[in-house]
Amino acid sequence: MSSELDTLKAKLAETGFIADQEIAVALDLAMKLGRPLLLEGAAGVGKTEVAKALADMLGTKLIRLQCYEGLDAASAIYEWNYQRQLLAIKTHEGSGEAAEAVERKVFSDAYLLKRPLLQAISEDTPPVLLIDEIDRADTEFEAYLLELLSDFQVTVPEIGTLKATSIPHVVLTSNGTRDLSDALRRRCLYSYVEFPDTDKELAILKRRVGGLDDELAGQIVRFVQALRTEDLEKVPGIAETLDWAAALAGLGVKALSDDLETVQASLICLLKTERDLKVIVPEVTSRLAGKAA
Amino acid sequence: MAPAQPTPVMEPMAGFIAHLRLNGFSLGPAESELALAVLKSMDGPALRDDRLGLKTALCADHEQWQQFDELFEAYWFAKGKSRDVLKVTDHVGAQKSSVAQLWDRKLAEGSGEGGAQQSVNAETDEDIEAEGGHGRLIASHHTTQFKRDLREIAEPEEIRQAEKAALRLGQAIAIRRSRRRRSAPRGEPLDLKRTLRASLARGGEPIDLFRRRRPERPVKLVLLLDVSGSMQAYSRFFLQFAKGLISQWYEAEAFIFHTRLIKVSDALRERDPFRAMARLSLMTQGIGGGTKIGASLGTFNERYARETLNSRSVVLILSDGYDTNAPDLLVRELTRLKRKARRIVWLNPLAGWRDYEPVAKAMAAALPLLDGFAPATCLEDLAQAEPMLRRLK
Repeated sequence: MSSELDTLKAKLAETGFIADQEIAVALDLAMKLGRPLLLEGAAGVGKTEVAKALADMLGTKLIRLQCYEGLDAASAIYEWNYQRQLLAIKTHEGSGEAAEAVERKVFSDAYLLKRPLLQAISEDTPPVLLIDEIDRADTEFEAYLLELLSDFQVTVPEIGTLKATSIPHVVLTSNGTRDLSDALRRRCLYSYVEFPDTDKELAILKRRVGGLDDELAGQIVRFVQALRTEDLEKVPGIAETLDWAAALAGLGVKALSDDLETVQASLICLLKTERDLKVIVPEVTSRLAGKAA
Repeated sequence: MAPAQPTPVMEPMAGFIAHLRLNGFSLGPAESELALAVLKSMDGPALRDDRLGLKTALCADHEQWQQFDELFEAYWFAKGKSRDVLKVTDHVGAQKSSVAQLWDRKLAEGSGEGGAQQSVNAETDEDIEAEGGHGRLIASHHTTQFKRDLREIAEPEEIRQAEKAALRLGQAIAIRRSRRRRSAPRGEPLDLKRTLRASLARGGEPIDLFRRRRPERPVKLVLLLDVSGSMQAYSRFFLQFAKGLISQWYEAEAFIFHTRLIKVSDALRERDPFRAMARLSLMTQGIGGGTKIGASLGTFNERYARETLNSRSVVLILSDGYDTNAPDLLVRELTRLKRKARRIVWLNPLAGWRDYEPVAKAMAAALPLLDGFAPATCLEDLAQAEPMLRRLK
């Protein structure tokens, strides 16, 4: 078992994704049991990356559905292509075809616009379906989703039920801004993604930002880890760390404590609200940099 | 999935699922099956991975995710501080009734034996429904009960009645707020974009007219309830009021605090009043000492604010403002809270007293930060608080 997990981790690492044990087990189970995986965690901990890495590893397509307030079936499941239907009807007008025949033609697969959810179940090889920030969508949308996730089929009144040609690997992410329904939670496997620890973040940083001095990389990670424990409105995520590291490398900083002014100025990569920028005054930066050194 | 052959692990597994269920996990037979499937698919010696696998399969939210490891240890290894939890599993009945009495004593100052239990027992759903029309109680100011200072209500029968009234009051306020607005046939502006798009399906004739409507977004309610010693006379009624609000409100969370802060939304939503009380009393064990309002708000800000508050949130604090922490801590935490919540309303039972001036240092310091401050001495006061919880404009 453990060796299986290790292989999985190694394969994920090849795609540039460093998985910890929790994520590895969750992905392993999700694939073995064919269940959707619900990932929760603060913004910026790399939930979306999990789905991307999974698709990369399996060598399949990643179909992404970004949720937002007001997302409806027409933009998530399917919609008829009205313009094409109208055109088709116009061109058939003179041909003397029976109305039923025309109708059959315009209400066929070719005139159906497949939105992400329908697309995900009509691929030849199972894709990875990423339903991002499900907590932003309305509760009504959760109901559609439940139906799809339990039966893997979509009913279009005009042409009948479209069965899945392949069962996608489903990954849902949520930032926890709204409570999801119990039904949805029960259908899914669940994993809570934490901010990476020092070692993991260092590994990610080294992999993603090339040409970074080992010493500086270590300082950067320790600085960010310490910064996360400060009282911030918006805690910097992994993407912010990567940005900041790239910025520091670009500015030619060799060690954090050498060039505090530059470091202070470059904090805009990490801190994204006015209040946070005010809270982390030069003294705090200096203290954190001292700790990180 | 093929039905699993009975294996040595099945029975303890069923016990583990039951153990989790007792601790607030909502698990059914399907989940037991899933748990076995997980173990089967992870056939190996690595215990850590088994634990992670079960955690992934059986947890449904972050809170459970945090609890799981402890519960797992407690069940399979029966060690450490979690032993208490195990004991609960073994003697559920006995434990429950005794703690319910604990709670009872705490709240039912001066009431007859088992007052809380009886009264809680009495307000079954049937009762509520039979007197469901009492939503109107809000408008009727005649009930004497409503105008009496809650401290003066001492007879068990009266307590029971007042409790019921508080519960209904909470429900009535919540129902009124969450009622959906009907879409008007006329007067609202047309949604041109959508109408035109839909007209394509009708050959370009705008037959289906779509109108724009402000989406109904009820406010999210967060209740912070002081259950410290100084609030003793009031807290049982406030708890019922909170229960009424929580059970009906679309999005609501409740917390109680004394020297620390505890989330009680789930316990209050519990339909079985006995279990609700048992859970609440478990949660409030260790009461004593003063009230740490500032520190409790701090806990809320750090642990819960991010996930519970949004720009449509109203925070309702029910407390007398006697804080054993320094006032500036309260001010600091309130300021933090104010940044995250849309509105903060403070109901103070002491404010109903004649000639009340917010002399408690903490209260005086907090006052400028509040969007609403009102007395909550009698049930009528609670009803009067309704406009403050109105939809945010």
